[in-house]
Amino acid sequence: MSETVASVSALIVKTLLANPKVPRDINGSSKIVEDLAFDSLAVMNFVMEIEDTLDVSVPLDRLADIRTIDDLAACIVSLKQAS
Amino acid sequence: MSIFSKYEGLASALSAVTAGGGRNPFNVVIEKPISSTVGLIEGRETLLFGTNNYLGLSQSPAAIEAAVDAVRAYGVGTTGSRIANGTQGLHRQLEERLCAFFRRRHCMVFSTGYQANLGTISALAGKDDYLLLDADSHASIYDGSRLGHAQVIRFRHNDADDLHKRLRRLEGTPGSKLIVVEGIYSMMGDVVPMAEFAAVKRETGAWLLADEAHSVGVMGEHGRGVAEADGVEDDVDFVVGTFSKSLGTVGGYCVSNHDGLDLIRLCSRPYMFTASLPPEVIAATMAALTELENRPELRVRLMDNARRLHAGLQAAGLRTGPQASPVVSVILDDVAVAVAFWNRLLDLGVYVNLSLPPATPDQHPLLRTSVMATHTPEQIDRAVEIFAVVAGEMGINRAA
Repeated sequence: MSETVASVSALIVKTLLANPKVPRDINGSSKIVEDLAFDSLAVMNFVMEIEDTLDVSVPLDRLADIRTIDDLAACIVSLKQAS
Repeated sequence: MSIFSKYEGLASALSAVTAGGGRNPFNVVIEKPISSTVGLIEGRETLLFGTNNYLGLSQSPAAIEAAVDAVRAYGVGTTGSRIANGTQGLHRQLEERLCAFFRRRHCMVFSTGYQANLGTISALAGKDDYLLLDADSHASIYDGSRLGHAQVIRFRHNDADDLHKRLRRLEGTPGSKLIVVEGIYSMMGDVVPMAEFAAVKRETGAWLLADEAHSVGVMGEHGRGVAEADGVEDDVDFVVGTFSKSLGTVGGYCVSNHDGLDLIRLCSRPYMFTASLPPEVIAATMAALTELENRPELRVRLMDNARRLHAGLQAAGLRTGPQASPVVSVILDDVAVAVAFWNRLLDLGVYVNLSLPPATPDQHPLLRTSVMATHTPEQIDRAVEIFAVVAGEMGINRAA
């Protein structure tokens, strides 16, 4: 697989935009909690969707350091490379 | 800036719940229990449909007598932890009773059910291990995972295939993998497909912990929970549970056939650094366990009552979870409607639990009820009738 942070970030944005409640103007630097108004459960459920799309598991402790969509993309890419 | 300023959002959410003169649902006072099924709330006799007291044993005369006798014989408290201040004979007796009941070699008793999950999970899964948690796990399971610093991976609720997929991704990674499921999930009352999870555990070589807090005393021929009902007890490495539901007291436990469980006593912080259970609670718990063992008719009556309430609420045009179990939740769409509904039920003499997102699955507010073996059919019918009246008043019964 050859995912890059940019390609994963674009995929995350596309997945998020499928939810009509998500603001239309999000991008890689959007903050997941503040800009998307996600609570802790919504973040975990959303990450689960991304995990299935990319066939990767993101341990919950890694989420603590993630603020933006690009942060999540970078985390996923590093997990994919490690596996 | 106030130290409480981070809770401004919480404060405004609470204000919204109590706007218009509604009660604070998290501050209801049951002034006095009249029986296991009726309590005095706001000076009125109120039907209790939200206590988790599944077998009604909080008011068991045998348990009350045992507690009184124990207080007279042993005093009211233990004043310390078992590691620092000593195990009492009653602690040992209770652990032996639980070993016999569950047919397991080892048992550890904790001071609450919350601590049982916290203390077991945090000690079993350390920082180099993986915890695989059902997405709808209780807070005590999530908190236990944080205390132990394990890598935590969620799988979709009650979905053994999804768990299998996530375990497959971990193939070849070092560290033990501990799967955690619950017997009956506390919000919707849905039952785990334990045999499916046992099969995944066998195939992948993972460990399996079942939190049977809501299912012991409720399911299985002898009341040992869903693992017994599904015939897969040998596949469950650790059973965690509580005394504060079907046994009517307080405290928690872990039972296992693994000899290593005894080592956990020396590294489980929620076991080591808190006061142990007092004598009267232990005595009452053992008496309640005897009742649970000797009165299987309580389980039959409980499930009959669960089916009666579940069917009644559905017939009243209300949306409930799919399964009849001792937890029956009415699912609503709007928090304000749920709050108003809950207030009106209490006005009319029925106490249930108001459960709000994000503590509920799928972001839906719930009117969560729990049934008891000691409810009479008339009490259940009366509660259903009041639900139907309020639903009619609020115009939310779906073409009943």
